Amino acid sequence: MNLRRDKKDEEDGGSSNPFQGLEKSMVIQEARSFNDTPIVPRKCCHILTKVMYVLNQGEQFGTLEATETFFAMTKLFQSNDSMLRRMVYLLIKEMADIADDVIIVTSSLTKDMTGKEDLYRAAAIRALCKITDSTMLQAIERFMKQAIVDKVPSVSSAALASSLHLMKQNPDVVRRWVNEVQEAASSDNIMVQYHALGLLHHVRKNDSIAVSKMVSKYTKGGLKSPYATCLLIRISAKLLEKEEYRDSSPLIDFIESCLRHKSEMVIYEAAHAIVNMKDTTARELAPAVSVLQLFLSSPKPTLRFAATKTLNKVAMTHPAAVTACNLDLENLITDVNRSIATLAITTLLKTGSESSIDRLMKQIGTFMSDISDEFKVVVVDAVSSLCSKFPRKYSVMMNFLASMLRDDGGYEYKKAIVNSLVGIIEENPEAKEAGLSHLCEFIEDCEHTSLATRILHLLGQEGPRTPKPAKYIRFIYNRVILENAAIRAAAVSSLAKFGAHCEPLLPSIMVLLERSLLDSDDEVRDRATFYLNILKQNQKALNSAYILNGLAVSVVGLERALHHYTIEPSEQPFDIKTVPLDTQPFAEHKVTSDVSPAARPAEKAAPPTQEIYAEQLAAVPEFAHIGPLFKSSKPVELTESETEYIVRCIKHTFPKHVVFQFDCTNTLNDQQLEEVYVQMESAEGLEVETVVPAPILKYNQPGTTYTLVQLPDDNTEVASVFSNTLKYSVKDCDPNTGEPDEEGYEDEYVRVMKPNFMASWEEIGEDNELEETFALSTKTLEEAIQNIVNFLGMQPCERSDKVPEGKSSHSLFLAGVFRGGVDVLVKARLALQDTVKMQITVRSTDPEISELITSAVG
Amino acid sequence: MDTSLLEASLYTVKAIAILDNDGERIISKFYDDTFPTVKEQKEFEKNLFNKTHKANAEIIMLEGLTCVYRSNVDLFFYVIGSSQENELILVSVLNCLYEVISQILRKNIEKRTLFDHLDSAYLAIDEIVDGGIILEADPAAILQRVALKGEDVPLSEQNFKDVVASKLEVGQRTMKVIQSAKDQLPWNFLKN
Repeated sequence: MNLRRDKKDEEDGGSSNPFQGLEKSMVIQEARSFNDTPIVPRKCCHILTKVMYVLNQGEQFGTLEATETFFAMTKLFQSNDSMLRRMVYLLIKEMADIADDVIIVTSSLTKDMTGKEDLYRAAAIRALCKITDSTMLQAIERFMKQAIVDKVPSVSSAALASSLHLMKQNPDVVRRWVNEVQEAASSDNIMVQYHALGLLHHVRKNDSIAVSKMVSKYTKGGLKSPYATCLLIRISAKLLEKEEYRDSSPLIDFIESCLRHKSEMVIYEAAHAIVNMKDTTARELAPAVSVLQLFLSSPKPTLRFAATKTLNKVAMTHPAAVTACNLDLENLITDVNRSIATLAITTLLKTGSESSIDRLMKQIGTFMSDISDEFKVVVVDAVSSLCSKFPRKYSVMMNFLASMLRDDGGYEYKKAIVNSLVGIIEENPEAKEAGLSHLCEFIEDCEHTSLATRILHLLGQEGPRTPKPAKYIRFIYNRVILENAAIRAAAVSSLAKFGAHCEPLLPSIMVLLERSLLDSDDEVRDRATFYLNILKQNQKALNSAYILNGLAVSVVGLERALHHYTIEPSEQPFDIKTVPLDTQPFAEHKVTSDVSPAARPAEKAAPPTQEIYAEQLAAVPEFAHIGPLFKSSKPVELTESETEYIVRCIKHTFPKHVVFQFDCTNTLNDQQLEEVYVQMESAEGLEVETVVPAPILKYNQPGTTYTLVQLPDDNTEVASVFSNTLKYSVKDCDPNTGEPDEEGYEDEYVRVMKPNFMASWEEIGEDNELEETFALSTKTLEEAIQNIVNFLGMQPCERSDKVPEGKSSHSLFLAGVFRGGVDVLVKARLALQDTVKMQITVRSTDPEISELITSAVG
Repeated sequence: MDTSLLEASLYTVKAIAILDNDGERIISKFYDDTFPTVKEQKEFEKNLFNKTHKANAEIIMLEGLTCVYRSNVDLFFYVIGSSQENELILVSVLNCLYEVISQILRKNIEKRTLFDHLDSAYLAIDEIVDGGIILEADPAAILQRVALKGEDVPLSEQNFKDVVASKLEVGQRTMKVIQSAKDQLPWNFLKN
């Protein structure tokens, strides 16, 4: 005893933390004294506290060390000091996961748990449940059942909470205690009630009927605990999500009645639940919003925070409902808690009118530096959404964003600002110049390489097209002088774009690029040399192909093609045309050729369509020689919408040619058109150079045929009238399935067996992948597979043509070689509902063949 | 901030922490694997401390979590839950924690006194939250369960006992000396 006090005095003299510098080894050494007799409770208690402290500070105990300490600790059960015993329980729980053989204390704990001392019982139960495993659980099951219905609340609560923990490993055992739990739920103690309700719900979670029964029982009253009521509100809200007719539900009435509960906790939970319900009506929201409004002026910060946060959520969907609270929200702008102030402002920004924006922005500006980055991002998002709402106010918001850009902040935050600025520049042409100059200023002092390169790229794209491109050059060239290699390279590319686009700037750009010829980094040097030489040629076509528009090939494809070329060197130079093009996913491809453009706003689709057209056209080999796409016209309907065939025409203008794209749709379900093309005859004698027919035109699936017309050299003679005739051959097909009555393509394939289908699948890659979904008329999977295999005449791989018994979905792998030695792989995923649905994915080394196969299946 | 409703569950509290005025951990318990390693936990605590030690604002959102806090002199009390959790429930837990610790420390909420009663503080936290479930949020009930026997005896009294014991010991030792002196006396006489 003396010794301990001396030591403590020493420590107290040293620092305010007597546990500072405590080492694991020292503590373990001290723990050996647990074996001494007689046990000195205070001393042992102190050592246990030290072990706790060391563990809590994150020191890792080895299994051996932990086990040794644990065993020494078991000796302390001999003492009857309550403090000591409780500390032992605590440490048993702490060490349960790191020490071995912890179950040796089971009997001691069981004794305590059934003993007379109430103080021990609750804690012993919790410790016991922590160390027990499924085999031991059987042995203590009886005690647990008794404990759940024990009249001492702490014992009952402990048993219920521990049961919930046990559910994770032994759900079945705990399910057997449900009667006891139910009894506990009607306890007088509020916490016991809460724990019992929680456990009951957890046990019945997957049985929605049982849950709704339980809910309807307790919503009628009888819950005294605010915690339990909150839980019940949450369960009810979950149930409501699934219900179809919400208005008549008693659950809604229950939640609404909770808005008048005496506990704030419950009122808030109810309001929160109403706000978060799917498609809430304004009528349902009104009472919730009015209680939240009351909370806004509460002296408790948490209450204000919770209310503002929830109202902010309401403002996203029902801004009108929140306007009533605007006055209270404005008072919160100056709240000491910055989180509340930010939430209030972003809510106001959502509900506010155009006139209040200036004032709000000024107010936010005053405290932006005080709030965390996460909230700053929230503010930035709110501001940028506001920008699209009130485009006329762009200057205020742009200045605001720019000033935020100047302040300190992490990458995520800066990225959000840059994204918003870029968004504004793209949406609002008036804002372009101001926005670009803000971004220029930002890259002057930007520590994030990816943001800087992104902005430089944007400058290269947008800058040359502004009235005064020259002013951006300085900013870009500064980057060449001051920044790291990646940014320098981006800056060089950006400079070259100015040179290519703006004739007057060309000489200066050449001078600047020459300076980068001796850059220390390879990439920068290469780019500078490359661009310089192209610019020297001073040819528009070269500029456009190599500077303004990058390569349209897929990077992966190029890499593979080059790799292939280096492995098998040939006399011929590498042909870039063999590289697969960077095509859009097929789904998007389909959207553009869709028959009903009215379904989506035309101007929104405009920017991507041009690119997609360019890619589509570039994918047609006959058009390889005609250069880059200059402009695509909007689709023109050539036929009445009620006719047998619908044809739309899109005119693509190229430097020397015009390509007419005819999107044809067959509206007759019993006919299939083949070799569809449009014969064009021109009065002015323009030459039709090439015609690319659509191979097959099936019912309701658009096909495309192209006609290439060479433009005369004389540019004045471009106005012309064509008379068009749609030529095709008709095939009848079975109107019920839409499958053509014709033979498969067997003569064109050689069946090959691919022992490892997936490897070949990966090998061929996704470049020529096409995917389609079909509904088949067959009733079983086996039949469907048989049909597909016969129809395509390809070889099923990896035994995928055998369907395991009783499965409702299956994957079929097929392999074949098309004429010309092109590998074709088909993966068909089949699912059986009423009929068989098939999603087919075709891969081959030739895009046309993929397309052919896909269309052949349909 | 996603709009989905929180799963109805008893697991409410993600962590409880008591930090000192340097942001160092005194006690902290993390109840789920939001921060699986102690290193990540301590990083989070530091971050939390940096954001909260200046302004006494009671609530903050950090790394997608709702943190409520209170402080006194050189101690900071935190209760942390999911961002969709009912903030008022978390505050009720925080208030209970603060009240209980305050009682244990006899209203003397300071780091120094907390270290003298660290064992009771561990027990109290264990009684408030068990593995993320709020076990009890009534300070009076917690104090009763922690049942400060032994430790509950005021320190002066405890010291008194010790003092008495050591006095007794001293007394006994004196007796022994006298006894041995007595034993030796005849011998001395004999020698002379």
